[in-house]
Amino acid sequence: MTVRPIYVLAALLLVAFLPLVGDNYVLRLGTMFAMYAVLAQSWNIIGGYAGYPSFATAAFFGLGAYAGAILQGNGLPMPLAWLAAGIVAGLFAALMGAAILHLKGHYFAIASLVLAEVLLEVTTSWTSLTGGGMGLNLPVIRMSVEAQAQLFFWAMLGLAVLTFLMSWYVSSSRIGFALRCIRQNEDASSMVGVNTTFYKVVAFVLSALFVGSAGALYASWVFYIEPPDVYSVLTSVKPIVMVMLGGAGTVAGPVIGAAAFLVMEEVVWRNFLSIHSAVLGLLIVALIFFLPNGVLGFIRKRKRTGADHSKETAA
Amino acid sequence: MSILTLKGVSQQFGGLRAVDDVDLAVEPGEIVGLIGPNGAGKTTLVNLVTGVYKPTSGSIEFDGQRIDGLKPYQISRLGVARTYQVVQPFPEMTVLENVMAPATFAAGAKSVAEARDEAMSAIEFLGLAPQKDVLAAELTLAGRKRLELAKSLAMKPKVLLLDEVNAGLNPAEIDVALEMIRAIAARGVTIILIEHLMKVVMNLCSRIVVLHHGAKIAEGLPLEITRDERVIKAYLGNRYAEANPGGKANG
Amino acid sequence: MVPAAIEPTRYSMLYAQILLNGLVLGGLYACIAVGFSLVWGVLNVINILHGSFVVLGSYIAYFAYVHLGIHPFLSVILAGGALFALGYVVQAGLINRVVGAPVLTTLVLTFGLDLILNNGMIVAFTADYRTVQLAHPLGSTVVGGLVLPLDRLVAMLLACVLTVILYFVLVRSSIGRAIVAVRMDREAAALMGVNVKRIYAITFGLGALMAGAAGSLLSLIFPISPLNGSEFLGIAFIVCVLGGLGSISGAIVGGLALGAIQSFGALLIGPQHGLTIAFVLLIILLIFKPTGIMGRRGYE
Repeated sequence: MTVRPIYVLAALLLVAFLPLVGDNYVLRLGTMFAMYAVLAQSWNIIGGYAGYPSFATAAFFGLGAYAGAILQGNGLPMPLAWLAAGIVAGLFAALMGAAILHLKGHYFAIASLVLAEVLLEVTTSWTSLTGGGMGLNLPVIRMSVEAQAQLFFWAMLGLAVLTFLMSWYVSSSRIGFALRCIRQNEDASSMVGVNTTFYKVVAFVLSALFVGSAGALYASWVFYIEPPDVYSVLTSVKPIVMVMLGGAGTVAGPVIGAAAFLVMEEVVWRNFLSIHSAVLGLLIVALIFFLPNGVLGFIRKRKRTGADHSKETAA
Repeated sequence: MSILTLKGVSQQFGGLRAVDDVDLAVEPGEIVGLIGPNGAGKTTLVNLVTGVYKPTSGSIEFDGQRIDGLKPYQISRLGVARTYQVVQPFPEMTVLENVMAPATFAAGAKSVAEARDEAMSAIEFLGLAPQKDVLAAELTLAGRKRLELAKSLAMKPKVLLLDEVNAGLNPAEIDVALEMIRAIAARGVTIILIEHLMKVVMNLCSRIVVLHHGAKIAEGLPLEITRDERVIKAYLGNRYAEANPGGKANG
Repeated sequence: MVPAAIEPTRYSMLYAQILLNGLVLGGLYACIAVGFSLVWGVLNVINILHGSFVVLGSYIAYFAYVHLGIHPFLSVILAGGALFALGYVVQAGLINRVVGAPVLTTLVLTFGLDLILNNGMIVAFTADYRTVQLAHPLGSTVVGGLVLPLDRLVAMLLACVLTVILYFVLVRSSIGRAIVAVRMDREAAALMGVNVKRIYAITFGLGALMAGAAGSLLSLIFPISPLNGSEFLGIAFIVCVLGGLGSISGAIVGGLALGAIQSFGALLIGPQHGLTIAFVLLIILLIFKPTGIMGRRGYE
């Protein structure tokens, strides 16, 4: 099944009319959806296109949240703080990417996971700047509750649309082509002239920029952040599940996956509060075993290449 | 002037000297055969020229420019292409997309259309046009070897290193491959051919270089090489070769 | 003012004590990590469940002590056996089906399973911290000016004994040799008649067994709660990367190194940051030397 990107863009723009029909609860869901769409589409660049199992989303998100909160606390206007947070996360990704993207498989996965751990520890310890474990309050916004709900909804949706445009551009550009080469055979890529290090770092940065801004937006939205909340490992894992749900390495997949995941998560939260994480776990296990077009389709492709190698040795 | 010059090139892996003080000069338009028993360091030499490894000592010049120490993608952009002993396609891409990759990145096509044109001309040259929309993973081994050649041709190389392109092919397929290599050489591409099949080497090469335990032990015309005592000892002298004189030396 | 002559001795005693505490901790860390390392090395699966397996082992020891009066040192057998069974079933029933899949699939699958197990433990046992209060603790003794916490010391020694037993099982027993063979070359082992899927299940079971055994030893030292699972998992990660993947000697070296780093780190920048230093070190190691301090692979 392929969904043309233009339909997804149209759907995203349609969502913008949500405030006309929904109450604050619906708006909250809409904001969550937009945020998930940002995270999933961003992860898709490094994880789906380049095939690097990154668990760094939480690092970018948390860093963005704190950068935005601190800058806003120092008087920077909110939209500029969001922008700056994205840039901070992007720079962090460029630096860290240059250091860890030569690692493969599990080693890369662990290194990217540890980035969030280290940032969590640093944020918790650096009390003078971040408030440490006590968390950080954001400046109060003088606006009605309804107006705020709409503002953050539109802002987050705008960010999701921007991320979508980035993802669409990547898919049809040299960058996307290079990343698909890297995912399928990294050594052969460099032999056909792909500067693999450069494109991997670009992918890592693209997977961080919008997540950083989303973190800052989230911070402004919820008024109060604390390290375990914004650096939660779940923030790294959820986008992966969404992309697996919708289809990795496609433009539409992550958005569809984000919507599907949000629906499931909401149903689970409402009905199984005390065991919601176990139900989420069950969903993940079920997704891996029973969703034919999700993960298993991906595996089947891998197995096919494996079978070809054995054919070759037999020849 | 030589297009590719190796001076005193060595590669050390721990205690093993895989390539030992090799000098080599390749002239434009030549087809040079690189032979030697398994483990002689042939593929390592290819990896040194293409930048996979940086030589422990010595220098490599291509077209008047030092290339040892450059990254593989940089060397490929200068015009050095290679094929792998084990073919390395992008399995989930079509034949056309596979060939567009080198046209885009190594040959620096300005647009998708230009890359597609370049790729198509390489595909047609190698007779792959009917399969251009087939996934690389679905090609036969001979098809994938041909794809490998098309990919390296789309890089518009000046020097092409062919690492056992014929391994695993049947005699009929080998004859076709020989014609293709000749046709590529006729376009003015300098070729360095790593080969186990003496028939192929004798047929194609104007000059042969013999490696043994990483060192160059002989260099000359094909006929001279078959009479060279050191070569016979080191290479043709092994039991398997004696049993199949002039045939497949080892596998 | 303290006479200058006494200073160096006092400091060296302090350092010796810290080193000792670190090594005792490190022996336990090695025991946590060795099963994780085994599974990673043989199956190429990072078992996110490992931390929760350790916690489950602790709970088994806790309840065995509270209800049956079995000393945690003895519960090692109980917890190890139960966890082996659980690990075997999880691998044979679930993970074996995706074992050749890309890294991401097995990572996400074990993460999902961990969510289930961890949430299950919170529902069953609550997230409250529990501690095993021994009726007859061994206390501590002073030898040559160093304080030896005896319960911890015995736990650490038992952890080392278990690790050594695992080593001999791998090297000497036929199952162990099959595991090593599968690790070296899966296809060759299969051709030689090894049932690879069964070996995978046994290996995963052994990994869980070591986690459970470590858990029951740790029940004497750390408060028990499902919330600790992720910390144990982090420790297993760090030890594996420090010592190098997949070798038992690597896990021991990595464990002792982490224990020492954490103890001295706590002295230098405060006890709450011991693990931070380890994480930073982990990143640095991953960047420059992903094969670990020992830089070797296999079960030498």
